Amino acid sequence: MTERKPIPLLADLYLTFARIGVMMFGGGYAMLPILQREVVEKKGWATEDQLADYYAVGQCTPGIIAVNTATFVGSSTRGAAGAVIATLGVITGPVIIILIIAAFLSGFMDLPVIAHAFNGVRACVTALILSSVIKLFRGSVTDWPTRIIYLAVLALAAAGTFATFSGAAGRIMDLMTSPVFLVLAAGFAGLAVRASKGGLRK
Amino acid sequence: MIYLRLFFEFCKVGLFSIGGGLATIPFLTDMGHRTGWFTPGQLADMIAISESTPGPLGVNMATYAGYTTAGIMGGIIATLGLIFPSLVVTMIIAGFLQKFRDSAIVDALFYGLRAASVALITCALLQVAKIALLDHAMPDGTVQTFYWPAIILAAIVFICIRYTPLKKLHPIIFIAVSAAAGIALGM
Repeated sequence: MTERKPIPLLADLYLTFARIGVMMFGGGYAMLPILQREVVEKKGWATEDQLADYYAVGQCTPGIIAVNTATFVGSSTRGAAGAVIATLGVITGPVIIILIIAAFLSGFMDLPVIAHAFNGVRACVTALILSSVIKLFRGSVTDWPTRIIYLAVLALAAAGTFATFSGAAGRIMDLMTSPVFLVLAAGFAGLAVRASKGGLRK
Repeated sequence: MIYLRLFFEFCKVGLFSIGGGLATIPFLTDMGHRTGWFTPGQLADMIAISESTPGPLGVNMATYAGYTTAGIMGGIIATLGLIFPSLVVTMIIAGFLQKFRDSAIVDALFYGLRAASVALITCALLQVAKIALLDHAMPDGTVQTFYWPAIILAAIVFICIRYTPLKKLHPIIFIAVSAAAGIALGM
């Protein structure tokens, strides 16, 4: 994590995140392919690994992941001013779009053409996120401990998402499948693995 | 002062909704009840609109509720209220990470955390795939378990972006072409 990153102009930071903001159909995760292209490949403001870090931290802190990631990238490249500028950039487009919809297009969602278009977009976003996940997986899940962490977290998170539990066992499952718990547990698992290998003494 | 109230109310939503997007819904439902700024029906509409516009649900709802209560300024101020807590918390964490990025302990934490992050994104992918590709409500009221037009479109996009020279294209181009395909096929 010591590589030198290019230092962006604040205007560039704002405009890049404003552009990302209008492209993130489908929420924070759909933003991932766009971020990989714009921030990692085109601008070099973060690495693939750092994006995974930002998403992980974004899961356990307040707020919307897309917004938190913008704050992170802005902060790591241009400090506090960069954090504020990148965050304002990413919400500019969505705010303008909703103001227009609220003011003029109350029946927006009832148009069949919009529904058809978004069924196409959703199918596409599925494929794009899959491609992003493969890229991140190759960078982050590199050995047996991380493979086990990956499978355990995926199994618990999927159980929490797709199954419902009730009663006292249900409350325990709700806790164990919450992203905050899973991310923290995985962090400590990583710490334990490195410690057992003596990797914490440098 | 309505602007202050909007800022403060959405600040609370921003502070307590951890994990983003869907986590904001219970807080918004509660706020609608207490303030009367929007009805449950309007909230449902907003969830639908958020699925079809680029903005995250929380941001969209803040803009919408702010606008209907206090005009354009209301929309902007409510949105700023929503993002304010996460901006502050994230800046503090980012500063901390910057300072301790060479620490072996932070490095070891992220070694485990990153694998979990990828797993959580995989889980989100499964959710998106379920909505996009399975259990599609047809115009005649029946439900198709496997919605083949979407599955085939997703497969084509995946092959193009992984294995053909088209992978150099910007993802937004695939999104635009898929939107056109959705309209052309009446998906």
